[in-house]
Amino acid sequence: MDDEPIGSTREWLLFQTMGKCKPPLNLASGDNLFSTAMATALEFNHYSIRFGDFQALNEVSLRIEEGGFVAIVGPNGAGKSTLLKSILGLTEGIQRDGRTQTFGRVQVFGKPPQAVSAGLVGYVPQVKGFDRSFPALAVEVVVSGLRRSWPFRVSRQEYQQAQAILEKVGALHLANRRLGRLSGGELQRVYLARAMIREPKLLLLDEPATGVDAVGEADLYRHLEVYKTHSGATILMITHDWEAAQHHASEVLLLNRRVVAFGPPAQVLCHECLAEAFGHVGHTHGLAMSGGR
Amino acid sequence: MLEALQLPFMQRALLAGLLVGGLASYLGVLVVQRRLSFLGDGLAHAAFAGVALGLLLHSEPLWVAIPFAVAVSLAITWVREKSSLGDDTAIGIFFAVSVALGVLFMSLRQGFAPDAVAYLFGSILAVTPTDLAVMGAAALLVAAFSPLWKHWAYATFDRELALADHYPVSLHDYILAGLVALVVVTAVKVVGIVLIAAFVVIPAAAARLLSRTFAAMTVLAMTFGILSVIPGLVAAYVFDVPAGSAIVLVQAAIFALALVLRR
Repeated sequence: MDDEPIGSTREWLLFQTMGKCKPPLNLASGDNLFSTAMATALEFNHYSIRFGDFQALNEVSLRIEEGGFVAIVGPNGAGKSTLLKSILGLTEGIQRDGRTQTFGRVQVFGKPPQAVSAGLVGYVPQVKGFDRSFPALAVEVVVSGLRRSWPFRVSRQEYQQAQAILEKVGALHLANRRLGRLSGGELQRVYLARAMIREPKLLLLDEPATGVDAVGEADLYRHLEVYKTHSGATILMITHDWEAAQHHASEVLLLNRRVVAFGPPAQVLCHECLAEAFGHVGHTHGLAMSGGR
Repeated sequence: MLEALQLPFMQRALLAGLLVGGLASYLGVLVVQRRLSFLGDGLAHAAFAGVALGLLLHSEPLWVAIPFAVAVSLAITWVREKSSLGDDTAIGIFFAVSVALGVLFMSLRQGFAPDAVAYLFGSILAVTPTDLAVMGAAALLVAAFSPLWKHWAYATFDRELALADHYPVSLHDYILAGLVALVVVTAVKVVGIVLIAAFVVIPAAAARLLSRTFAAMTVLAMTFGILSVIPGLVAAYVFDVPAGSAIVLVQAAIFALALVLRR
């Protein structure tokens, strides 16, 4: 999704409708948005990460309560994917030239990421980097989420479980289709089913709406909301779609290598914060009135 | 041909061919799908350097070639892991160094080395009981690590997802690299250094064209790898041609057929 230009028509239109706002709450500066009675799903404490001489994240401090739906927005290279990978314990080897150094602490359900049971976390990666030449059926991908290894043979019970979850994301008809024959949007649904079949308490999505048409995108958010309501899971989603962030997220994290703002969408997606994060937020070019994407 | 199978050396040749064909194509599936086809060539040349060193030291070449090729394979894996150089570059460097060392070791040895030619082009009919025992041991070792197939396959499908599930993907990579090197070296006696990469790549590539799932690709590749040995050996016996070439040409015919029949 990094290929979407900042300041696209859609973003600009939304930006124009936003008025000035109160300074957003920022947990980094000590504001406390939630009552302390709520359980913490994720906590970043002065977390920094460097790849060689590149500072990817700087002093990130953040607490996300269980049951939250957090949209992560920010310009390209803001460290959004790095943040998700830190939660997954994948910081080593993201960039192989130069040493990876981390400072501070990340805790997932009160534990370091590597100590968290993998079954508690579901991850939907960006599909654009996926190797479609791998010979597999969609149902095998979904079962790999359940087994956490590749199935040599899918049992009848696993097949039924995979079918049930594919049906939930509107992709039952894709079960026996080869990966190479799936469109970007279809693959995204299969990956979502793969992440959801293990019924994770924490669901991480890296630009899940990329390559998905408008109807598919609306479906995606509906599936996520149904899952969240049903399971009480915490969801973190990287998106470039501020509109989606505004409508579906309970909080928005505006990131640009550091936490620019974190709080309810209406407070974070305002002129000052966005200007601070993006530096230069769109310009008219006369295209803002062309009717969007 | 059936009388020929009464001969112990033909029995050893057949058994060696079947073992090596099966093992190389089983691991070859992972190698090909990881886009490391060049690894087979690189390790074959590491085996060449190892064999040359063994001949120089007047010891059984296999005992030197196995540790040498395994070390090179682990080193290639290490460079791939620690740098962002492409896989082909990492393999290419070790390929060149191996050839340079091999040529150096050969030149240090006094006189011409006719035994080295056998290693270059293979001599399946000269497989000794010791060679066969080493192949059997390699097969047992690969079988002992077969529970890792599901993890290797998972990391081949998506390395990041396997890492996110807290698997020691890197350790599994080193084990795979070590086993591929072991199989390549043991196969050298059968097909020769020049042709061994074909055993790793061609059956897997043919199976890839015909398979809808990775499990089917694995089974089909092993079937091709094993079955291609029989007509290859028959041709070698009947027409008195090198067995390694005959087997590889059978594999190539299977690949061509797969290309036509692919779905």
